[in-house]
Formats: sequence, C-alpha cells, structure tokens
Amino acid sequence: MLIKTKKPSDLTENDVTDERIYRDRRNILKGMGFIGAGSLLTQPAHAFNWFGSDDESLFQTKALDFSQPQAFQSDEVLTPEAKVTQYNNFYEFGTGKDDPYANAQEFKVDPWTLTVDGLVENPITLSFDDLFKRYGLEERIYRLRCVEAWSMVIPWIGFELGKLIKDAKPLSGARFVAFETLNDPEQMPGQRSRFVGGGIDYPYVEGLRLDEAIHPLTLMSVGLYGKSLPPQNGAPIRLVVPWKYGFKNIKSVVRIKLTNLMPPTTWNILAPHEYGFYANVNPTVDHPRWSQARERRITSGGLLARNRIETQMFNGYEEVAPLYKDLDLRKFY
Amino acid sequence: MNVKPIQPLVRKPFRISARGITALKALIHFISAGWVAYMLYLTISDAIPGDPVDALLHFTGMGSVNLLLLCLAVTPLAMLLKAGSLINIRRLLGIYAFVYASLHLSTFVLFELQLEWSLIGAEIIKRPFITVGFIAFIILLLLTATSTTTLKRRLGKRWQRLHNWIYVAAPLVVIHFYWSVKSAIYEPIIYMVMLALLLWLRKDKVARFLSRTA
Repeated sequence: MLIKTKKPSDLTENDVTDERIYRDRRNILKGMGFIGAGSLLTQPAHAFNWFGSDDESLFQTKALDFSQPQAFQSDEVLTPEAKVTQYNNFYEFGTGKDDPYANAQEFKVDPWTLTVDGLVENPITLSFDDLFKRYGLEERIYRLRCVEAWSMVIPWIGFELGKLIKDAKPLSGARFVAFETLNDPEQMPGQRSRFVGGGIDYPYVEGLRLDEAIHPLTLMSVGLYGKSLPPQNGAPIRLVVPWKYGFKNIKSVVRIKLTNLMPPTTWNILAPHEYGFYANVNPTVDHPRWSQARERRITSGGLLARNRIETQMFNGYEEVAPLYKDLDLRKFY
Repeated sequence: MNVKPIQPLVRKPFRISARGITALKALIHFISAGWVAYMLYLTISDAIPGDPVDALLHFTGMGSVNLLLLCLAVTPLAMLLKAGSLINIRRLLGIYAFVYASLHLSTFVLFELQLEWSLIGAEIIKRPFITVGFIAFIILLLLTATSTTTLKRRLGKRWQRLHNWIYVAAPLVVIHFYWSVKSAIYEPIIYMVMLALLLWLRKDKVARFLSRTA
C-alpha cells in the first residue's frame, strides 16, 4: 500500500482555481485596480480588433453528451470552428460579420425559458437545463447555405423539433409554427439602437409550415463542435433547417407558437421581393442581389482557395422535395 | 455665371512647406499601400477569422470610398485654410482611390466569382448596384489614366472638363455602397451626407458642370 505523506506545499483539489474565476481573472484584476498596469502587457485578441479591448473573457461553453448517428455523419470538409464562431449574421449584436463574436460574449443564457404554446393541447415550458436534458442529443453534420451565396459545413448538436412539437400535441387547426428570438435590448446592442441593429424591428421572428417543422431533418440545436453554443451562434438554443437559407435558422429562441395562419417573418417584412417565407435553397431562382446558382464553401485555404461550387436544390437534401410537390417554387421562393 | 470661390476661414495663410507636402505624401503612401498589403497578407494566409473574400471586398470598398471623399475634401480645405500647396496631395489620394477600387473589382472577379466569365458579364448588367459601381470604376480609370502632368498640359481646357466627372463618379460610388447593404443603411447615409457637404462647398462649380454636360 502506498502511504503518501503530504508536505505542506503539496496542492490538493481545493487549491485548483475554479475555471469560472480563472476565466474572469481580468475582471477581478480590474476590480482590484491593477488593470492599468496589466493592460500594458495584453495583446490584441485578434488582428482585426485594433480598437477593441481584450479584457472581457470569452463566453463559457460546456462539453455536451451526445450520440453520433451514422446517417448524419459526413465526409465533407468541415468549416473550422474558429470560422463558424467568428463569422456570423446576428444583427442583434451588430451588422458586421465579426460584430456578434466581439459583442456577444457577456450574453447571459442561464436562466432561460423556451415556451411552446398556441394551438397545442399541452403547452410546454423548458428551462435552461431542460434544453440539454429533455431529449437525447445527437450530432448532425449539416451544410449551411447563406442567401449571400456562401456556405459552411457544421457539426451541430441538438434534437429534432418534431419530438418537442409532438409532446406539445398540436391541435387539428395548427398549420404553421412561429418562432421568436429573445427581446432584451439591455443585452443586445442591436435591439437598443437602430444604428447597430441595421434598422430591423425586433424581436426577430421566423416561421415554418407545420409539416416542415416536424420533418426529421429539422433540428433544434443547442451546440456545435461538441460543446454548447456560443452566443454568436444563437445560444442557448436555435433552429437549424438545412434545406433553407441561413436566415430561417432563428437564434436564441424563447417562443415556439403553433398557429393556423402563416406567421410574419423578419426578412420578408423588411424586403418581400428579396426574401420569401419558404426560402428554400434553390439554384434556379436568383436573389435580386446574388445569383444563387453557385456558392463559395468556406473552409480553410485563405483568399486563393478555389472554393466555388454548384448550389444544389434544397441544399442537397432532396428528401424534402415531396413537401413541395404542389407548390410553384418560383412563385413561393 | 460667376463662380464664387470658397471664403477662407482664416486671415493668415496656413503655409505648408515643400518638405511638409513630401512628408504628407509619404504618409499617404505608407498608410494606403501598407494597410492594403497587410490585408492581403492576412487574407492570403487565412489569418483572419471568417471569410477572407468578404473581408477583402469590404476593406477595399470602404478604403476606396474613404480615399475618394478625402480627395474631394482637399480643395475646400486648401481654400478654407488658405493652404494652397495642399492641392499637391490631391492627385495621390485620387490615384489611391482608383487603386483600391481596382482591387475591389479584382477581388470580386478573381475571388468571389472566381473567373466565371459568363456570370461576370451578367452580374454587371443585371444587378443595378454592380452596374453603378462598375460605371464609377470606369470613370475613375479614365481620370487616373489622364492624371499625368504631361497629359494635363496637352489636354488643356478639356482636362478640367474630363476631371469634373468626379462629381458623377463620387455619388455613384456612394449609391453603390447604399445598394450593397442588406438593411444596415445608416452608414451609407452618413457617407451620403458627407459627400453632399463636400459637393455643396463647391456648388457653383458642380452646377456649372452639370448644366454643361446635361
């Protein structure tokens, strides 16, 4: 038997600095009045952020437990995590692609409440912990196609929206599902100021037809790359509908409401001739600003990468085609 | 019509020595060429988070419009401060505005569309915001090509008439910026206001140019 005598200088578990405190060390230093000296030593966080300060710590994500069903793995090259988390459209935190990463790190996601109501027999309220525990999480590698003609390949973690809707027991009149982002101007600078938020009326709203919402591909995502979502990607929970343009994938969702009428959707309100309700990825229907026939796949390789590829109908998820067999997709873009 | 020159704000001329002008020019070279070289290095080596093509498009576009407004600010500033020699930095700012515009267009053709020629023509014709940007580019190209001292002398009066086309190019550039954003229109509106101010400071000259050209 090994008999270990402890020297007074030996460290125990109790001596390990809690990660939360470690990550918050700069704020603690600031509180102690040392920041003046310390800031002389810090380097800018990244090359672009010349005027930003690096004294705020990054949002803390946590490792998740999840399965990896074979059907949703992929041999496509993934978009590096740094690009997935630092190139975002989330106007609540600013209209520049690097604004959400720069402005969202202090965002509070716990406590959180996600309500499922409207035309349902059994309204549901999910707490922050419920988001990760109520349904088994799985990893799904999906292509994400932005209407701006770029795309990524992202390993999401989440559960099927269909399971949640089934638990809420839709009433027979329910035909659509309306989604709503958190409305919290104190935390979201874009909601405070029209200048920062690009002149959008918040909260951001989105919608799906009920049959689209319960399609097995439709995911409520709570994580990516093995960890919970960072705020710029829509923490703590966001929608992922891989056969539609990216703006349908509403972030930081607080409400899911079943309705009998087609719900309003943010970009459609803003520019109806540019963004339709359906917004299915469709290489044959051009957006007024961008040809949609092809896209640039963002992986790595820098400026000189030859990454322009054909855009596929429904972003390559042909299994959803039957949902639209009676719909003129040129008219209902 | 009599053209009223801008009334100076100062009584005493603000003299900038020849060395001062050289230093200013060196600074313009250092910032304009250095900054874009640094951006090229970052985007080629994939050292920036996100999409390098988008970053370079945005950087060169904003750089060009900023340089163009600076260029248009030189004459009013020289008059307001009675600093005649300041005029000597105007050509350099204009040329850099064109260089940035060329890099902007090249980024679009080489890295965004990746030389898909059929699409390049179609995009320029079909998308009004690209058409407008392209026309502005052609004007800047003509002005830069005729910017040498020799050509200025040889063209005489026609040179000034040609170079007044900057009053067409500049609004087109700002409209291109306004049309290119999806909804964040406030920044382009600020640029429109700044441009309107710069044109208003020389309103008689602009009005005369427009009435002759129309």
